[in-house]
Amino acid sequence: MNLYEPVFPSLILALPLVGAVVNGMGAFLWKDNKIIPSVVGPGVLVAAFALTALNTVLFWRMGAHDPSVTGLWTWIESGDLRVAIDLQLDQLSLLMCMVITGVGSLIHVYSVGYMKSDPGFSRYFAYLNLFVFFMLILVLGASFPVMFVGWEGVGLCSYLLIGFWYENREYASAGKKAFIVNRIGDAGFLVAMFLLFGAFGTLDFIPIMEAAPGSLAYGGLLVTGITLLLFAGCTGKSAQIPLFTWLPDAMAGPTPVSALIHAATMVTAGVYLVARSSVLFALSPVAQTTVAVVGAATALFAGTIAIKQYDIKKILAYSTISQLGYMFVAVGVGAFTAGVFHLMTHAFFKALLFLGAGAVIHGVAHAWNHGDEGNQGAADTPWAGDPNDVRNHGGLRKFMPLTWVFMWVATLAIAGVFPFAGFFSKDEIVWYAGVMGNPAVWAVSLSAAILTAVYMTRMMMLCFHGNNRTFGGGSGGGLHEAPPVMWVPLAVLAVLSLVGGWVNIPSSLPLPDIHILGDWLHPVFAQAEAVAEAHGAHHEYVSPVGGGEALWAGISTLLAIAAVIAGFLWLRGSRSRAAELAQPAGGVSGFLHGKWYIDELYDRVVVGPLQAIWRVCWTIVDDGIIDRAVNGAGQAVRVLGWVGGQLQTGRVTAYLLVFMLGAALVLGILT
Amino acid sequence: MSALAGFYQGHWILTALVALPLVGAAACLLVREFQAKHVALAVSTAALLLSLPLFWTFDVAEAGFQNAVSMEWIPGWGVSYAVGIDGISILMVLLTTFIMPLAVAGSFSYIQKRQRAFYAMLLLLETGMVGVFVALDLFLFFVFWEIMLVPMYFLIGIWGGGRRVYSAVKFFLYTSAGSLLMLVAILALAGVNQGQTGEWSFAYADLLQTELGRTAQMWLFAGFAVAFLVKVPVFPFHTWLPDAHVDAPTAGSVVLAGVLLKMGVYGLLRYGMPLFPEAATDPTVLTVLLVLGLVGVIYAAWVAAVQPDAKKLIAYTSVAHLGFVMIGVFGLTRQGIEGGILQMVNHGVSTGALFLLVGMLYERRHTREIADFGGLAKVMPLFATALVVVALSSIGLPGTNGFVGEFLILLGTFQTRPWIAAIATTGVIFAACYMLPMVQRILFNRLDRDENRVLPDMNLREKLVMAPLLVMIVLVGVLPGPFLVRTQASTEALLVRISRDAPAAVDSQAEPGGELPPLAGEPGGSRP
Repeated sequence: MNLYEPVFPSLILALPLVGAVVNGMGAFLWKDNKIIPSVVGPGVLVAAFALTALNTVLFWRMGAHDPSVTGLWTWIESGDLRVAIDLQLDQLSLLMCMVITGVGSLIHVYSVGYMKSDPGFSRYFAYLNLFVFFMLILVLGASFPVMFVGWEGVGLCSYLLIGFWYENREYASAGKKAFIVNRIGDAGFLVAMFLLFGAFGTLDFIPIMEAAPGSLAYGGLLVTGITLLLFAGCTGKSAQIPLFTWLPDAMAGPTPVSALIHAATMVTAGVYLVARSSVLFALSPVAQTTVAVVGAATALFAGTIAIKQYDIKKILAYSTISQLGYMFVAVGVGAFTAGVFHLMTHAFFKALLFLGAGAVIHGVAHAWNHGDEGNQGAADTPWAGDPNDVRNHGGLRKFMPLTWVFMWVATLAIAGVFPFAGFFSKDEIVWYAGVMGNPAVWAVSLSAAILTAVYMTRMMMLCFHGNNRTFGGGSGGGLHEAPPVMWVPLAVLAVLSLVGGWVNIPSSLPLPDIHILGDWLHPVFAQAEAVAEAHGAHHEYVSPVGGGEALWAGISTLLAIAAVIAGFLWLRGSRSRAAELAQPAGGVSGFLHGKWYIDELYDRVVVGPLQAIWRVCWTIVDDGIIDRAVNGAGQAVRVLGWVGGQLQTGRVTAYLLVFMLGAALVLGILT
Repeated sequence: MSALAGFYQGHWILTALVALPLVGAAACLLVREFQAKHVALAVSTAALLLSLPLFWTFDVAEAGFQNAVSMEWIPGWGVSYAVGIDGISILMVLLTTFIMPLAVAGSFSYIQKRQRAFYAMLLLLETGMVGVFVALDLFLFFVFWEIMLVPMYFLIGIWGGGRRVYSAVKFFLYTSAGSLLMLVAILALAGVNQGQTGEWSFAYADLLQTELGRTAQMWLFAGFAVAFLVKVPVFPFHTWLPDAHVDAPTAGSVVLAGVLLKMGVYGLLRYGMPLFPEAATDPTVLTVLLVLGLVGVIYAAWVAAVQPDAKKLIAYTSVAHLGFVMIGVFGLTRQGIEGGILQMVNHGVSTGALFLLVGMLYERRHTREIADFGGLAKVMPLFATALVVVALSSIGLPGTNGFVGEFLILLGTFQTRPWIAAIATTGVIFAACYMLPMVQRILFNRLDRDENRVLPDMNLREKLVMAPLLVMIVLVGVLPGPFLVRTQASTEALLVRISRDAPAAVDSQAEPGGELPPLAGEPGGSRP
C-alpha cells in the first residue's frame, strides 16, 4: 500500500510559473528594478526545490513503490480520447525534478551576477522561470500529450533565450533554427502519439506501459514504429545525429542559459522520454539498436568536432552532444539506470563547466570594457574582440584561481577520472554497452571517452594555462575572479561533481557497496527489464574482449588519466601550444574545425532546394498557372457575357421559359 | 438564473442577433460621420452581450436544434423563416459576434473616408454572417449567403488599397460563381423533394428526408461542394484569397479570415454531409477532399514561407489552416470533426489577431513589406509580446488554442486515414518555417531604420482590442473542454447519420445502428 501522499505537487509547478508572470510584468512595469527579479527569480526556484526535496524524502521514507498521480483538470476530451492534466510523481520524475530545481536554483543565483548589467534583466528571469515551469511539466506530466506541452514549451523558452539579445541577427536566427529543427523531431513525436492512441485508446503512461507487453507484439512493426518516431523527437530535443545542428548555434544565448537549458536539463529530455517509455523500447530490439548506434555515433562524432573548436562554449556544446550520445547508448542497450545516472552527473559537471566558462567570458569582457589596455585580444585576428574564444584567454589560472580549480574538477569528472562523478556513470555506460549492446558500440564508446579527456584537457590548457593573451600579450591587468554570487554556485556544483557519482557503485569494485540510485530507480525500470528477460536477454558479465567490470573500470580511468596527462604535457610546451592556436588551414584539422561541414551540407542539400521549391510554388505554380487560369476563365466569361448580351431580349417571358427549361433538364437528370 | 435560461431558450434571440446589426447599419447611415464608429461599436458590442448567454443556456446533451423556430415566409414556394443553433453552429455564431466589435474597434483610426457607409457595411455583413449560421431553410440560407457578399465586395472595393477593384471583383465573381451552382443544386433538391412529397419546401428538416439515389447525391453534392470549397478556400480555388486579403482594409481581412472562411466548412458540415451522406462518404470523394486539404496544408505553407508582404503571408497561412480543418472534418471521426470545429474558432481568433496586428503596423508605417521592419521589439515591446503569442498560437504551440485543434484533427484522422494525417503532421514544421522568420524580420534583428525608431507602442484602444483575443488564445489552449463539449452531441449525431450509408468510412466510435439520437434537423420542440 502506498502511504505516500504528494505534498502540494502542483505548487512545484506553480512557483516557477508565478515567478515567470511576476518577472514578465516586471519587464514592462518595473523595467529598471533589479531587486525584484533577483529575489523572485531564484526565490521561486529555491522554494520549488525545497518542496521537491520534501516530496522526495517523504516518498523515500514512506517506502512508496508505485507512482502517485495527482489529477488537476481534464484538458482535452473528445470521443474516446481523454487527456487530463495529471502529475505523476515517482522515482524517475522526482529525481528529474531534484536535478531541475536544484541545478536550476544554482544557475538562477549565478544569473543574478552574470546578467547584473543587462537591461533585459527582468525579461531574462521571466523566460528562465517559464523554462523551469515547462521543464517540470515535461517530467511531471502523466501522459504523452502533457509531456508534449512541456516538450514544446521548453523549446519555446529555448527559442526566446537563444535569441535573448535579439538585435543581433545571428542570435535571433539561431533561436529560430533551434525551434524549426526541434519541430522536425516533434512531428515524429506527434505521429507516435497518434499510433499509441490507435493501439491503446489512451495516452496515459501508466495504462500504456502496463498493457504494452501484452498487447504489442515483441519486435513488431507497430512498437518499432512508435519507438522510432519517439526517438525522432529525441534526436531533435537532445541534439543527436541528424538533428544536432541547432545546439552549437544555441550558444548565442546568455551562458547561464546554455548551462541550464542546453546542458543540464532540456537537452536531456530525450533521454528522459526513452527512460519513461522504457517498456516500449524494450519491446523493440530494432529501435533499441538504433538508439544505441545513433548515440554512440553521435558521441564519437561530436567529440571529434570538439577537439578543434576555439569558442569555449562551442567546445562545451559539442561535448554536451557527445555526452548525450552516451546517455542514449545506455538507454539504447537497456541500461536505463545508467543513462539516468549519467544524466544526473552530467547535469552537475556540465553546468559547472558552462558556468565556469561564463565566469571566464564575463571576466574577459569585463576586463576589456574596464581595463586600461586597449587591445582586445591579438589585433588583426578574426577572433579579436571575441571573449568566447580561447585564443583570447590563456593563463587565466592566475587571475581566476577559484574558477580554475572548479573547472578542473569538472574536467576530471567529465573525463571519467576516478573518483569524480563522471567516472561512475560513464564507466557504467561503457560497461553495459559491452555487455548488453554490441562490440562496435562498446568500442566506439570507449574511444569517445578518451576523446573527451583530450578535448577537455585542450580546452583547459588553452584557457587557463600558458601565457595570457587577453590583451594580445602583456600583463592581463583588469582580469579578476568572478564575484561570490557567481562562484558560490560553482563551488556547490564542484562538490556535486566530486561526490555525485558515489550513489551507484558497481559491486565488483573494491569500494563500499552503495546502490542508492539503482535501488531507487529499480521499480521504474523493473517492467522493461522483465520484458527483456522474457525475450531471452541473457548477459554474460564479461566485456566483448574478456575481462570483468573492475578490470575495465580500471583500464578506462587509466586511459582517461593518460589522455589528460598527455594533453597537459603536449600543450604545456609553448611551441606546440602556438601550433594549436593557429587557425587550422585544411586537412583533417580544417575538416574537424569546419565541423565536418554538416551545416553547409544541410544548407545545400535541404534548405536551399526547399526554398527554391517554395519560390517555384509561389511564382510559377500559384501566380503563373493557377491564378492565370482563374483570370483566364474570367476573360472567357467576359466573352460569353457579350454573346449572352446578344440574347438579352428584355422579355421576361422568354427568360422564364429558358429558366423553366433548364430546371426541367436538371430535374430530368436527377430523377 | 433559470428564468434567464428559459428566456434564452426562445428563438427570438437568434432573430434579434440577425436584426440588430441590420438596424445598426441603418442607424450608422443616419448619424453624423464621426458618430458612425461609435454606433457600430455599441451595436456590435450589444450583439455580443446578447449572444454570450447562449454559451451557457445551450444544452450540451441535445444534438438537435435549439432556440429553433420555423415560420412561413413565402408559403407559395415553400420558403420558411427557420432558424436554430446546434453544436456545429453555436461556436460559429459566438465567434462572429466576438470578432465584430474587435473588427469595428480595430478600424477606428484606420478608416478615414466615408465612415458611415463603412460601418453600415460592416454591420450588414454581421447580419449576413449570423444569418448564414442560424438559417435552417435553404432558401433563407442562400439569401444570407448572398447578402454577405455585397458588403464584403464594397469593403474591399471602396476602402481597400492596392488593386482593390480587381481584388473585389475577383472575390465577388469567384464566390458568386460557386454560389450559382449551389443555387441550382438547392432548387434541384427542393424539386426532387417536391416530387416525393407533393409539396414545395426549402426547410432543412424536410429536405433531409428526401430520398436520393447515388448519382443524384453525387451531382447535388458537387453543386454544394464547389460553392463551399471556393469559400474555404481549398487548393486550387484559393487564389482569390491572398488578393482579397492584401487589398482589404484591416476590418475586412479580420472578418474575412475570422468568420467568412468558416462558411465553407460549415456549409459542408451542415448541408453537404447530412443531405448527401452517400456522396460525402464515398471513398473517392473523401480521398479527393482529403488530398486537397493536405495539399493546402503543405503547399500553402510553402508559398507563405516566401512571401515578402506580411498580409499575403498570413493569407496563405489561412489556406494551410483551413486545410487542416478539411482534413479533420473528412477523416470522419469524433476527434477530427470536433477538432475541426474548434480549429475554425481558433483560426478566427489567431488569424483575426494577426491581421489586426499587421493593421497596426500599416497604420504606423503605411507598408506591409516585412523587409521594411526589423527590431520593433525594442520600440514596441507590448506589440512584440502580442505578436509572438499570436504567432505561437497560429503555429499550434501546446498551451495555446491552436494546438488543441490541430492535435484533435490529426489524431482523429490518423485513425481512419493514417497516411494523410501523418503527412499533414509535417505541416507543423512548415508552419514554424513561415511564421518564425516573419516574427524575426519584424520584431528582432537590428532596429536599423530611422522611421521605425519612433514608432509608438500599442495605444489603449489597441490594447483593448488585443486583450480579448489573447485571453481566448490561452483560455482555449488550457481549458478547451467547455468549447469542445458544445460540439459533441451534434457531431455524434452527424456521424451516426452519415454512417448509416457508409459505416466503413466512419470511425467505429460513432457506433452505427442502435438507438439513433435525434438528428440535427429535427428541431428541438418548436415545430409542431
